[in-house]
Amino acid sequence: MNLFVSEGNPHCLKALAALEATGVQCGVQFVNHDERVVPFLSRPTLPALALPSGQYLFSSNAICRYLFEVNGQECSELCDQWLEWEATVLQPALQQALHMAVLQGKSSEVSKVLQGPINVLEQSLSKRNAPYLTGDSVSAADLVLWAGFFPVLSDSSLTLGEHKSLKAWFDRVAAMNACQSAAQKVLQGKGLQGMKSYMQKQPAPQSSQCRETQPCNSNSAEEEGGERVVSEEEMEAAALTWSKGLNTCPPATKKQHPILPQEGKRNVLVTSALPYVNNVPHLGNIIGCVLSADVFSRYGHLRGWNMLFVCGTDEYGTATENKAREEGLTPQQICDKYHAVHSSIYKWFQIDFDYFGRTTTEKQTEIAQDIFWRLHERGFLIEDTVEQLRCENCQQFLADRFVEGICPHCSYPEARGDQCDKCGRLINAVDLREPQCKVCRQTPVIRSSKHLFLDLPKLESQLEQWLEKSTSTGDWTANAKQITRSWLRDGLKPRCITRDLQWGTPVPHADFKEKVFYVWFDAPIGYLSITANYTNEWEKWWKNPHQVELYNFMAKDNVPFHSVVFPCSLLGAQDNYTLVNHLIATEYLNYEDTKFSKSRGVGVFGDMAKDTGIPSDVWRFYLLYVRPEGQDSAFSWADMALKNNSELLNNLGNFINRAGMFVTKFFEGCVPVMELQEEDKKLLALVSWELQQYIQLMDKIKIRDALKHILNISRHGNQYIQVNEPWKKIKGGDSERQRAGTVTGVSVNIACLLSVMLSPYMPAVSQTIRDQLNAPPSCINTMLEGNGTFVCSLSAGHRIGAVSPLFQKLEADQIEALKKKFGGQQTTVRNAASAQSAAVPAPAVAVEVGTVNQVDPEKAKQLTQAVAEQGEKVRALKAQKAEKAVITAEVAKLLDLKKQLALAEGKNPEPAPQKGKKK
Amino acid sequence: MALRELSSLEKYLGQKKANKYSTQGDKKVPVLQNNNGPPLVGLVTIACHLAKEAKRPELLGDTAESRAVVQQWLEYRVTKLDSCTKEDIKTVLKDLNLYLQDKVYLAGNQFTLADVFMYYGIHPVIVDLAIQDREQYVNVTRWFDHIQRYPGVRHHLPPVAVLRNRIYTSRHH
Repeated sequence: MNLFVSEGNPHCLKALAALEATGVQCGVQFVNHDERVVPFLSRPTLPALALPSGQYLFSSNAICRYLFEVNGQECSELCDQWLEWEATVLQPALQQALHMAVLQGKSSEVSKVLQGPINVLEQSLSKRNAPYLTGDSVSAADLVLWAGFFPVLSDSSLTLGEHKSLKAWFDRVAAMNACQSAAQKVLQGKGLQGMKSYMQKQPAPQSSQCRETQPCNSNSAEEEGGERVVSEEEMEAAALTWSKGLNTCPPATKKQHPILPQEGKRNVLVTSALPYVNNVPHLGNIIGCVLSADVFSRYGHLRGWNMLFVCGTDEYGTATENKAREEGLTPQQICDKYHAVHSSIYKWFQIDFDYFGRTTTEKQTEIAQDIFWRLHERGFLIEDTVEQLRCENCQQFLADRFVEGICPHCSYPEARGDQCDKCGRLINAVDLREPQCKVCRQTPVIRSSKHLFLDLPKLESQLEQWLEKSTSTGDWTANAKQITRSWLRDGLKPRCITRDLQWGTPVPHADFKEKVFYVWFDAPIGYLSITANYTNEWEKWWKNPHQVELYNFMAKDNVPFHSVVFPCSLLGAQDNYTLVNHLIATEYLNYEDTKFSKSRGVGVFGDMAKDTGIPSDVWRFYLLYVRPEGQDSAFSWADMALKNNSELLNNLGNFINRAGMFVTKFFEGCVPVMELQEEDKKLLALVSWELQQYIQLMDKIKIRDALKHILNISRHGNQYIQVNEPWKKIKGGDSERQRAGTVTGVSVNIACLLSVMLSPYMPAVSQTIRDQLNAPPSCINTMLEGNGTFVCSLSAGHRIGAVSPLFQKLEADQIEALKKKFGGQQTTVRNAASAQSAAVPAPAVAVEVGTVNQVDPEKAKQLTQAVAEQGEKVRALKAQKAEKAVITAEVAKLLDLKKQLALAEGKNPEPAPQKGKKK
Repeated sequence: MALRELSSLEKYLGQKKANKYSTQGDKKVPVLQNNNGPPLVGLVTIACHLAKEAKRPELLGDTAESRAVVQQWLEYRVTKLDSCTKEDIKTVLKDLNLYLQDKVYLAGNQFTLADVFMYYGIHPVIVDLAIQDREQYVNVTRWFDHIQRYPGVRHHLPPVAVLRNRIYTSRHH
């Protein structure tokens, strides 16, 4: 028999201590950490015990158990239980603690991480009052647990001061010769530092233990099927919380602008990726950026954090220039027009920005040029000549997005100049095979020009240091971490920050005065300049990393700019900037079964959502319900109708409405007296648990997952009403009437809780519910406090208001019609529309449309109708003297519809339909 | 999940009266109220207890060595397998495949609790595998298929078709 161990490995401590304590005959061999001893395991795993039969044991606990058994001390059930607890509960916490103490130098946080397990152990030891874990003699459990704690306790920062029983036990075991000898052999008196080389080889522990990384063994079967078993303690705890009632302290105050960081508060700065101005945002943009950020910002505000939520339109770049040329306007006019379109869409979606700005401002120039000079002075900029594509026909250098060609990596024929949609790799435009100017389809030529580069390789080590810290302490989504890692793995290269354009922030350097900043360098600075336009004291947010936590929301294609490139600009500028702490990236939302794509014009666009007649809150709900969190998801009309009807109408709305109606009908609008029985307490416990899950998830920005827990609560509620039948009991005797009262009272209080939890998701509906229930405002901050406290906020005698249904059914034919209107024809209609919405030059699209569109009398009829309606709308708007931007947008839609009509009727569309917009 | 596994085990062991369980904490660790002493906590602990109660100690292994091996795989199940990420799962399958190369059961030639609980734990993974992957980890699928057909084991889980039914044996299927 042979035991293989390595120095500095805490698991080997267990095995060696057990070997010495039992005195079993066995050879010991020290090997390196990365030696693969067990033949069938692909990762090095130590300790390992080669058994006489030739088999290997690779789990330290099993080894200890075996050694004790060979020595005639079989493991008792209690011993088994401690060993299992050690492996499943203590080890994950210890891994995290050791990671912090050894690798991150944060010994001070160790006690926080280990608090839970330490309490469990202390309680158990003091209750049993025996010298060892399983009784009067030492068992495998004692050695295993001692070895677990030994490394962290060998460092002085964690003491067991108040935990007397635990300390006595630990000292007793530590005094054994076996333990002292094993500790000497494994740690060699070097304490925690002796473990450094071992820890460096371990994967970083998952901070919130596997929530994020549990997909392959998700217990979905359990959620659907069996009910969670509630313990007595949980029920009593829930009932106690319930009886506490509302906070006396005032509810979250109304926001007072300008919002600035406050001492002693959690100051949270939220940004969502800046939408590019000359596109109408589609649903994928909305859920990925502004809506997700909005939900979190609203939630944070309700939690009592000091939140600032900024966003704005990203306005510089070639696309805007071209668009302006097409429409015969100046770039500034184009930006003004579309900025207004964006604002009105977000307003309709109830996105509650504290400030929605834009990048074409003086502050932008000022701040971008300041960062530029600071980088320049510190030697982080280098000069180089670049080969660039220039279209002689259009007389301009072509921005990446205006070149298309064959991907040099995967041969996809429609790769763009910056990135291939198929393989996702970044491309240098000059490397494209058979490049074409997207505007005129001519082949561009290669010209060279002098440019400035940000020296990313020089900043790489600083960046990595910062990333290590930020990703391990903040909440970065898995995709954000992974994309960032893959960028770093490939090594950073200098990145060009200047362009040969006019519409941009001018480069202040004399040698580059004809140039502007490249949009990737310029645009993220927009976050700072937009804040600066909001308040002169913007530096309190952006140069204050100690007081401010920064959350960036975006879709995953935007990750590298926020995690690598922009942080490098800020690190290099060395001005104590606030860097991102939490990077929240969504995956993609697909449309029906294809991708939303601006450039291909597939999908529903933000301005069309309101034309569906479906309320903004319902749109929000559905988009958040299918939020591409962790994996791609799809928007589907049929599913939207289904979720509206099954979840909102039949589950949530039904429960809230019934609860309110019972109060109105059976108790004259006053909440009845409640006397909680076992069953009610059980429900309270179930609801409290869901609330706690909701808060845990929302704190970690798992917005979609958290929503499911809201719906679970109303499901519990419906079941509770169904089983207790208050409408029958109300007609019975006194005790039955009393029972009906309790059930009604508890239900209406759950309805109130639901309104609070819904608030970030469906602000209007949430407010309506509280208005109907006449709920006291302090219910919000009370229930979202701490881990979530479900209290009785509508106590007996409280008078509620008038109750009415919250949601409407979406009928099948209505959805069919919508699907047809927005979805069914999307390959043709949307392509045509993309001419206006996606900055794709008109002629090319007209050709595309022409090829797919046949004469279609049915569609022509629909379109004739649509043109007439849209015409009415424009006339009405003009008569009302509506805002110019709104009218312009509607006119654009009208022209577009007319063009589609022409196509459907088989006529030639205008060769350049955009010209019509000049007037 | 854990509670269903325990109730399936009870059925397998032929226990007439179902035990009463509750759960503890976020991870829903099962708890068994025990008439003869303090409650037992933890899937593995409870499972071993049930096997002993039912007078089926051989399910825990019949030598010190095999008992250690059984415990090791039970521990592997509740630590490695239950918390593994999508990337990790490939390693798990690869290692297990190599391990099972020359074995019928996890503890050699004898069916034990290790097989039962590794089977329960790996079931969702196997369900998600493409048929090609199932063929790639051929020893794992062989073992998996064997256990799911073992009388009385597969109570709460749907059967998984692990191998293609080939109509033609040639390579051009």
